[in-house]
Amino acid sequence: MIRLYKRPAPSRLWIFLAPLVAMVLTLLSGLILFSLLGVPVVEAFYAFFIEPLTSVYGLAELGVKAAPLIMIGVVLSVCFRAGVWNIGAEGQFILGAICGAAVGLSLKEVEAFWVLPLMMLAGIAGGMLWASIPALLRTRFNTNEILTSLMLTYVASLLLAYMVIGPLQDPFGFNFPQSALFHKAATLPVVWPNTRLHLGFVVALMLVGLVWLLMSRSMLGFSLLVTGSAPRAGRFAGFSVNRSVWVTMLVSGGVAGLAGLFEVAGPIGQLLPKISPGYGFTAIIVAFVGRLHPVGVLFAGLLLALSYLGGESAQISLNLPVAVTGVFQGLLLFFLLAADVLIHYSLKPVTTAPAEFTGLTNTQAQHVANSEQGAP
Amino acid sequence: MIKNRKLLFQLAVSLLSFAGASLLVNAADDPFKVGFVYVGPVDDHGWTYRHDVGRLAIEEEFGDKVETTFVESVAEGADAERVLRKLATDGHDLIFTTSFGYMNATIKVANSFPDVKFEHATGFKRADNVSTYSGRFYEGRAVIGTMAGMMTKTNVIGYIASFPIPEVVRGINATAIAMRKINPDAEIKVVWVNTWYDPGTEADAAKALIDQGADIIMQHTDSPAPLQVAEERGVVGFGQASDMKAYAPQGQLQAIVDDWGPYYIERTKAAMDGSWESKDTWSGILDGMVQFADYGPSVPDDVKDAANLVREAIVIGELHPFQGPIFDQSGKEIVAEGEIIEDGDLLGMNYYVQGVNGSLPK
Amino acid sequence: MNAEMLLLTALTIITAATPLVYAAIGELVVEKSGVLNLGVEGMMLGGAVSSFALLHLTGNAYFGILGGAFAGIFLAGIFAVLTLGLQASQVATGLALTIFGTGLTALLGKSLVGVGHSGLQKLPIPFLSDLPVLGRLLFQQDVLVYGSFLIVPLVAWFLYRTSAGLTLRSVGDSHDAAHALGINVLRWRLLATLFGGACAGVAGAYLSLAYTPMWVENMTAGRGWIALALVVFATWRPGRMMFGAYLFGAISILQLHGQAWGIRVPSQLMSMLPYLATIMVLVVISRDRGKIRKHAPQSIGKSFYPTT
Repeated sequence: MIRLYKRPAPSRLWIFLAPLVAMVLTLLSGLILFSLLGVPVVEAFYAFFIEPLTSVYGLAELGVKAAPLIMIGVVLSVCFRAGVWNIGAEGQFILGAICGAAVGLSLKEVEAFWVLPLMMLAGIAGGMLWASIPALLRTRFNTNEILTSLMLTYVASLLLAYMVIGPLQDPFGFNFPQSALFHKAATLPVVWPNTRLHLGFVVALMLVGLVWLLMSRSMLGFSLLVTGSAPRAGRFAGFSVNRSVWVTMLVSGGVAGLAGLFEVAGPIGQLLPKISPGYGFTAIIVAFVGRLHPVGVLFAGLLLALSYLGGESAQISLNLPVAVTGVFQGLLLFFLLAADVLIHYSLKPVTTAPAEFTGLTNTQAQHVANSEQGAP
Repeated sequence: MIKNRKLLFQLAVSLLSFAGASLLVNAADDPFKVGFVYVGPVDDHGWTYRHDVGRLAIEEEFGDKVETTFVESVAEGADAERVLRKLATDGHDLIFTTSFGYMNATIKVANSFPDVKFEHATGFKRADNVSTYSGRFYEGRAVIGTMAGMMTKTNVIGYIASFPIPEVVRGINATAIAMRKINPDAEIKVVWVNTWYDPGTEADAAKALIDQGADIIMQHTDSPAPLQVAEERGVVGFGQASDMKAYAPQGQLQAIVDDWGPYYIERTKAAMDGSWESKDTWSGILDGMVQFADYGPSVPDDVKDAANLVREAIVIGELHPFQGPIFDQSGKEIVAEGEIIEDGDLLGMNYYVQGVNGSLPK
Repeated sequence: MNAEMLLLTALTIITAATPLVYAAIGELVVEKSGVLNLGVEGMMLGGAVSSFALLHLTGNAYFGILGGAFAGIFLAGIFAVLTLGLQASQVATGLALTIFGTGLTALLGKSLVGVGHSGLQKLPIPFLSDLPVLGRLLFQQDVLVYGSFLIVPLVAWFLYRTSAGLTLRSVGDSHDAAHALGINVLRWRLLATLFGGACAGVAGAYLSLAYTPMWVENMTAGRGWIALALVVFATWRPGRMMFGAYLFGAISILQLHGQAWGIRVPSQLMSMLPYLATIMVLVVISRDRGKIRKHAPQSIGKSFYPTT
C-alpha cells in the first residue's frame, strides 16, 4: 500500500518534473495502446508529437489552434481562482463572433483601417453581453452560474444557426447557411507571412503576461484570489464577492468573445453555422492542466493544440480512426493531471494501516451538518 | 527483462520500418493517393458513412494502384483548411471534401495546390482544379412522396427535418408535389430538430408527429431512430441515406440510398489518366447516385407499380419532380403547367409549396 | 388535442426524462459527497455501448443493463483513482473522462453500428396497469422507467433519513470536520463516485436499450451535460431534480408538438426553449439564499487527503 504524504511546501523540483513523468507514462501507455491496435508504435508517436512541428506551416498552425485555447484558458483560470464557475465560454465565443461579424458585414463597402478594431470591440462587447447574463442572475437573483452559462451556450449556437440563414446570410449565397466572406479591411492580418498565424496568438501571449501581472502584482488580483479561496475573510477585508463575479465574468466573456471574432475574421473568413470545435470547453481543461497559472496555461494550450494536430496527422499517415485520438488524448490528460500530485505530496509505502472509522452516529453527523450550515 | 527486450526489439523494428517507409515515399511506383475529409464519424450510419462506403468502392475497384486516406470528424471551421493543406502536402492527388461547410477552405487550398484535384460535395464554387458534385436526392423524394400519398390513411405525413437550408426544403417540396398529385388531401407536417444527428431528439420528433396523426414518417436527419420509432408504433417510414431495414424490418417501406461509389470511381479514373476536368455534377437516379433499397413487406403491388413508374419517368426524362403546375401554400400557381423550375432556382429554394403545413422558419 | 394525444405526449415526456433522471440522481449523490464529476457524458456513452453490446451478444436486455452499470462504474473508477487517490483536479479529470469515454466507446462500438434490436420489453404490472390513464402512463413501462420512479425517493430517503446519508452529506459539507470525527472521507467519496458512475451507466443503457435501441457514436448528444445542469437546477435536492428532468423533457417534447401544429415561430427559437425555461425557473426558485446554502455541499470540488 502506498500513501501520500503532504509536503510542507510545494516542491519546486516537481513543478517541472511532474509533466515529464506524465509524458513518460503517456508514452508507455501509448506503447501498449498502439501495440494492442497493431499500429507501428514509433510512427504513431512521430505522427502525434513530432510531425506537426516539422514544418514552418505546422508550427504556425499550432499557434492558430492554440490561440483561442490560451486566450480563453488564461481568463478562465482567473474565474476559477476567484471561485466563479464560468462553464459557458463557448457561448461567449460564439456571441463575440456573431457581433463582430455583424459589424464587419455591415461595413462591407468600407475599406478603412478602423473596421477591424471596431469589429474587435464588437466581439468583446458580444462576449461580455453574453457573460453578463449569468453575472447579473448570480449577483441579483443568486442563480448558480454553472447552469446559466452552460445553458446559454446552447442558446448561442442556435442563435448562430439562425443568424447564418437569417439576418447575416450571404445575399448571393443561394440561401446556403453562411455569411458573405469578409472584405479585406475586415479580415485579420497574419503575423507570419504565408501561414495563417494571426493576431490572436500575439494577443494570447500578451494576455498571459497581463494576467500574470494582474494576479501576482495587483490589488484587484489579490482581492479576486481572496474572495475565491476564503469569501468570508474577503468580506472582512472589504472585498465584495459580487464585484469578483462581475469582474471575472466580464473579463472572461470579453476575451472569449474576442477569440471568437479572431476565429471568424481570421482562419475561417466568414460566419458558418458551426465555428468552434468546442474551444470554450477544451479551454476549461487547458486552465486546469495549466494549474490555473498563466504560464502553465500557455504550455497546456500548446500541448493540447499539438495533440489535436497530432491526431489529424495520425489519421492521415497511419489511418488511425479519430476515436484512437480521443483515447490517447484522454490518457495524456489523465497522466498530466495525476502527475501533479507529486508537487504537493510525496509517495511512500505504509507499513501500518491508519485507524479507520466507517460511520457516524446520527447526532455526530447532525452536529457536523449544523456547524457547516452556520458558516456563510 | 525478457519483456523489456521484447519492447526494445519492437521499438527497433518500428524504427526501421519507419525509416524504410520514409525512403519509399518518393519511389516511382507510388500508388495514386485519394483523400477524403468527413464532417462526422464514419460510424454515424448516415451521411459520412455513405461517403466512406464510396471510398471503399474506390479501394475495391483499383486495388493496389490507389491508396485512400480519410480524416473524420473535421469541424467546419478553421480546422478544415489545415487538414486539406496537410492532405495536399502529403502527396494526395485527388481530395474529396464531403460537406458544404468546407467550400471556402477547399477553394483556398486548391488555389495554392494547382496540381492537386479537389472535389467538393454540395457546394457551388468551382475553380480549374475544383469540381463540385451532389445528388439530386429530390428525385428519390418524388418517388417516396408518391408512395406516401398512396399509402397514408390519415392524410398526414410527418417529416423530420434538420436545418432549414435549400437542400432540405427542396426534399420537402419534392415530396409534397409528388404526394399531392396522387392525393390532394394529404399534407406534410414538418418538425425542425436543428441537428443532423441526435438519435433521441429525432425519435422524440417522430413520436410527436405520430401523436399528431402522422401515419408515415420521413426524415432528413442522419440516424435510424425515427424509422425505429415508426416500427415500434406500428406506422411506416422511409430510410434515409442508407438501407435501414435492420432497424425497421416491417416499417421501412423504401429507402433512398446515397451511392457515391460510381462517381468516386469515375473521377479517380479520370484523375489517374489525365482526363479530369473541373465540372459541376448533379446526378440523380439515372446516373445511379440516387439509389433505392428493396420495397418493404407492407408495400402493396399498386404502390410499387406507381413508384416504379415515377422512377422510370424520371430516368427517361419524361417527368421532372419540379414540373408545373406547382402552387404555393396559399394555392396560387407559381409554376405554370409544362414549365420546370430551373436548377439555379432549385439550388436556393427557400419557400414551401402547397401541401406543406406550417411556415418555413426564416 | 384530445385525451389520447395528451396521454401519448406524456408517455414521450417520460421517455425523454428517464435518462436524465438516472444520470442526474447519480451525479447528485456524487456532488453531495463533495465530488464534482463532469464526466457524466463519457460514462453515459460507456453504459450505452456496453449495454447494447451485451444485448447483442446475449440477446438479453437485462444483462445489458448490468453491463451498462458496470461500464459506468469502471469509468467512474478511473475518475476516483485520479481525483481521490492522486488528488487530481476534479473539473479537468471529469472533462478528460468525457474525451476518453467518447473515443473509447467509438472504438469499441465499431462492429455494433448498423445492428438493430428490439430492445427492452415493457413489463406491465398486473392489476395496476388496468387503471384508466394512470395504468398506461405509469404501470405499462419497462423496468428502467419503474426504476427511475423508485430511485429518486430512495436516494432522498437515504440522504435525509439514514445515518449513512447523514455521514455522506457531512463528508460533502466539511471534509475536515468529518475527518476529525473519524469518518473515512475518501471511502465515502469513492462509494458515492462509483454509485454516480453506475447511474450514468444505466442512463446510457436506457438510451441504447429503450429510448433508441441501437448504438451509434456519440449517441448521448449532450444529455450528460443536461444532467449536470439539472443537479444545479435542483439545488441538490432529489425531488427538485426529478421535477427539473421532467420540466426539461416536457418542454423539449412540447416544442416539437408546437412545430408540428404549425406555430409560426422560428424553429431555432423553439429549440432554445428548454434551455431558456430552465434558466428562468432556476432564477425564480433560487432567490432564497439560505435555503440553497442549506442543501449545497460546501466542499464540492475541493480535494481532500487525510494528513494523519
